[in-house]
Amino acid sequence: MLMLMNALRLALQEIRRNLLRSFLTTLGIIIGVAAVITMVTLGNGATQQVTNRISALGSNLMMVNRGQGMGPGRDRVEAPGFRQSDIDAIRLEVAGIKALAPVSQTSVTLISGNTSWSSSVRGTTNDYLVASNWDLQSGRLFTNDEETNGGAVCIVGDTIVEELFANQSPLNRRIRVGRYACTVVGVLKAKGQTSFGNDQDDLVLMPFPTYQTRLAGRDALSGDVQQIYLSLMDGVDSSHVEERLTRLLRLRRNITGSESDNFHIMDTTELAATLTSTTETLTGLLGAVAGVSLLVGGIGIMNIMLVSVTERTREIGIRLAIGALEHEVLWQFLVEAVVLSSFGGILGILLALLLSWIMALLMKVPLVLDPGIIVLAFVFSALVGVVFGFFPARRAAQLNPIEALRHE
Amino acid sequence: MSNNLCPRADALVCFQQVTKVYGQGGASFQALRGIDFAIQPGEFVSLMGPSGSGKSTVMNIVGCLDELSGGEYWFRGAPVSSLDRNQRALLRRLHLGFVFQGFNLLARTSALENVELPLLYRGLPKTERRRMAMAALEQVGLERWAKHQPSELSGGQQQRVAIARALATQPSLLLADEPTGNLDSERSRDIMELMVRLNREQNLTILMVTHEPDMAAYSGRTIHCVDGRVASDQKNPPHPAHTHAHTPEAGQTGATSC
Repeated sequence: MLMLMNALRLALQEIRRNLLRSFLTTLGIIIGVAAVITMVTLGNGATQQVTNRISALGSNLMMVNRGQGMGPGRDRVEAPGFRQSDIDAIRLEVAGIKALAPVSQTSVTLISGNTSWSSSVRGTTNDYLVASNWDLQSGRLFTNDEETNGGAVCIVGDTIVEELFANQSPLNRRIRVGRYACTVVGVLKAKGQTSFGNDQDDLVLMPFPTYQTRLAGRDALSGDVQQIYLSLMDGVDSSHVEERLTRLLRLRRNITGSESDNFHIMDTTELAATLTSTTETLTGLLGAVAGVSLLVGGIGIMNIMLVSVTERTREIGIRLAIGALEHEVLWQFLVEAVVLSSFGGILGILLALLLSWIMALLMKVPLVLDPGIIVLAFVFSALVGVVFGFFPARRAAQLNPIEALRHE
Repeated sequence: MSNNLCPRADALVCFQQVTKVYGQGGASFQALRGIDFAIQPGEFVSLMGPSGSGKSTVMNIVGCLDELSGGEYWFRGAPVSSLDRNQRALLRRLHLGFVFQGFNLLARTSALENVELPLLYRGLPKTERRRMAMAALEQVGLERWAKHQPSELSGGQQQRVAIARALATQPSLLLADEPTGNLDSERSRDIMELMVRLNREQNLTILMVTHEPDMAAYSGRTIHCVDGRVASDQKNPPHPAHTHAHTPEAGQTGATSC
């Protein structure tokens, strides 16, 4: 213990004697540690952001679309839509569903007073709000009667309030939707933009029957249900539901044997998992690349320590002549390397905190600090000192004092 | 050629038929061909000889920096040849002080810290180190230069700091390897007078390697080495410029066998 204290004292004395060189030596470690922590922090932030945005899309949400999904060679338009009877069948036969809503939408021009705004109108049910995580800011949901028989009512998003009503409460006021009019009964709480920059709040919801009778017929397919939104109860296995759903829909749409589906199911839980694992892979990759710079930093320390041993050969000779033991010289150099690299580690962490904060602000991702990676980076930097300091230290300790003293 | 000089309990250093061979096989070089001498406590001995005579090798072996190839070396009555590297380092730490031709002070380190260095390896607490280092600097008259770095000191002052460093641990033997080799004659005289004073006043045993007869004349006894053997070993007459260095009573001086 006493010996270690002595070695620490000698090492600190040496570092203080060569402040600039010591700083330059640790620069590699500083940059390495800062890079690793910053990359991982930003990666975690990006992952967090993806998760947040997907959960904003809807919790445990599944969307059933007609067509074979996106991609080359996939027909989307020609596939028939869904029927209200499909919805009823799903409700009856698939277990574990919390909310189930038909969705059809079209673009229309809205008019209120002398203001007009082009937006998308969705015909759906209250379950849509549950499935897509919408909350009401004010007003009410559709009544049972409105849901089943239709009614000239609508619920509007925040952007509509802004654009058509200049942020005044639109409740009980009327909007012209195409050729028909509806009374605003509810306002949705704002959600903001999607990760692709779409304004989610730019929408008008109306009861599904109302939509069918008043807006459908503009094109052949709008009479159908375009999409089915469903959200699962907590703890329900989404792949199991997906399988049941596929089987049911194939049956109802007369798809047999080897024929491929003319609909597709998008599972946000799965999507979230895929995207999250993608960003996590990227985080790991960035961290690994940054880790290489940490390794290079370690080699820098070894290099400088070796140069330092050569440069200080005479000094080592003096120490040995004075009566320093082999292991005392070894410890002095080893402790010096470890102190340098740990100090670099600490400076690196501070730099990383600053960089992560700035980068997170610039990239608009949440700042997710992971104490684990900070501790790991520090431990690794100290370890770099031990590993890369050992070789030069042993070389110093094994010098022949006579030759060392003669060294110019 | 064997003598019955060693081991002698009263001798500080005793060499018996010490040989040293560098290298192996055909490329080997015999630096020492059987050296015998003894140094009593309190003596001031000069080691002289032309280059290649083996005086530096003797110095290194006495200083436990080098191992001997044959014969035996007793330090304070104990054989040294059986000691390992670390034991020899401990012996240096506890009993020996070194002064080199090139001063060998640590650069960018104050005089005081340089003098403290050997005390640091003894594991002494800071206040004790400071006290002993200051005392040693006072002995060489440099207490006012304690905070100065070697680059701010003259050659003579640097060598004084080196002597203070060697003295700080109160060694049994001071080994000086050409201590005046890098100094002009005036500084050389200062250093020699300092060493004579330390020898006389503190009964410090000194072994000095030099090739200058003028410097050797300050000491009490001169051993001449030629071709790895002791050519002569005799007491010096009293130094004209100085009261004579302390010499033990006649008869105690180690005999030679060349």
